[in-house]
Amino acid sequence: MVTDVDVRVDVREGLERLAERLGGRGARLTEAQRLSGGASMETWAFSFEGEGGAERLILRRRSAPFDPDNTRAIPLATEAALIQATGANGARAPKVRHVCDEADGLGEAYLMVRVDGETLGRKITSDPRFDAVRPVLARQCGEALAQIHATPPPPGLALKSVDAAGELDRYEEVYRATGAERPILEIAFQYLRRHVPEPVPLVLLHGDFRNGNIMFHPEFGVAAVLDWELAHIGDPAEDMGWICTNSWRFGRPDRPVGGFGDYADLLAGYAAAGGPPVELSRVRFWQTLGSLRWGVMCLGMYLSWRDGVEKSVERPMIGRRVTETEADLVVLLEQGL
Amino acid sequence: MITHPKTEELVRSVALWLEQIRPQLDPRNAFLARVAGNALATVERELTQGPAAEAEAVTLMAQLLGHQGDFEALNAELCAAIRDGRFTVETPGLLPALQTMARNQLAIDQPNYRPEGASARP
Repeated sequence: MVTDVDVRVDVREGLERLAERLGGRGARLTEAQRLSGGASMETWAFSFEGEGGAERLILRRRSAPFDPDNTRAIPLATEAALIQATGANGARAPKVRHVCDEADGLGEAYLMVRVDGETLGRKITSDPRFDAVRPVLARQCGEALAQIHATPPPPGLALKSVDAAGELDRYEEVYRATGAERPILEIAFQYLRRHVPEPVPLVLLHGDFRNGNIMFHPEFGVAAVLDWELAHIGDPAEDMGWICTNSWRFGRPDRPVGGFGDYADLLAGYAAAGGPPVELSRVRFWQTLGSLRWGVMCLGMYLSWRDGVEKSVERPMIGRRVTETEADLVVLLEQGL
Repeated sequence: MITHPKTEELVRSVALWLEQIRPQLDPRNAFLARVAGNALATVERELTQGPAAEAEAVTLMAQLLGHQGDFEALNAELCAAIRDGRFTVETPGLLPALQTMARNQLAIDQPNYRPEGASARP
């Protein structure tokens, strides 16, 4: 079922209403700019001045219909609830200011307090501004993950549970349905099926924990973990493997964690923050599955263009990014886990 | 084939024009114009490097499978051999052949990508 979302709302008008609602009568919008446009999600930075002073906020809203049966993504209200729960558990999550309702006229959306820092992956890996803090980032990421994973999932959110064998089934089904024939993806499926790790207790996962979805401050490092729409229940090593997947290292394959750090620091940070021991080979399993997953996702994005669902020129070009995952996978298969 | 201009030169001329108009576009369209330029650059590389890459893939797959064939047929047979378990990561020569094919395709699709195991960008 596709939820009924009017995607053509006037966001600026909605922000003016929100300024009044949150800032009191006479509050006025002082800034509003769209930061990014994903295919289905919009982010706006805006500020207002009201009775209680100035506020600098971020609006995150769904801009395309959401089909919960055909996606791993969670509703934005669930995202907001998870951010609040993990934040209360000590994780560096943004602060939720307001979850939008019908009166706001913005569809599915919520507001966060703006956090200073940088999310562009390439800046984190290569900008000299981050040279000083870069050596501690992998460890901080391990700590952040341990805090997220230790958070009891709030009841009633209907989060999906995922394990390695289930993920392989799911992505192989998607791959087969594309009709593509790619020998490296085939052998990656075969290899990973033969190396599925022993089951462990499943925990709350961020689900998209990678360089690009984390706000880093040039002095303090991890400032806030963003983009929770793929949160689910699963193997802790899934989140650790995803930030080690080379597609998110931005030109620094020599630094396996996000293009900024080493495996040992990620694992040490995780353990220091109370996380259970995790074998490196388990992280490497999920990292390899991460490359395979990204490859299959790229194929899917191309297909959404071929089938006329999406019309942006981005989509077919993302299809050619399957090649990067093949170049990574073949090396990982040669190295072994 | 006509060589004045060559096909890849026509493609490059459109890519250059996109670069020229990009500063006048709004941010979203400027971004999409950059993606479109990258698409044209990929087409240009496929036109110039594609035939050699495909020829090498055909040679490597024919060696692995023990008989000749065209790219599509060999590729399908190789996928089937992996799927049904006849070929695995232990199969002599398989991973090095796949590695060569992947690198050739990467040079066409994403020449700036630094794959797993590579050094940092110089």
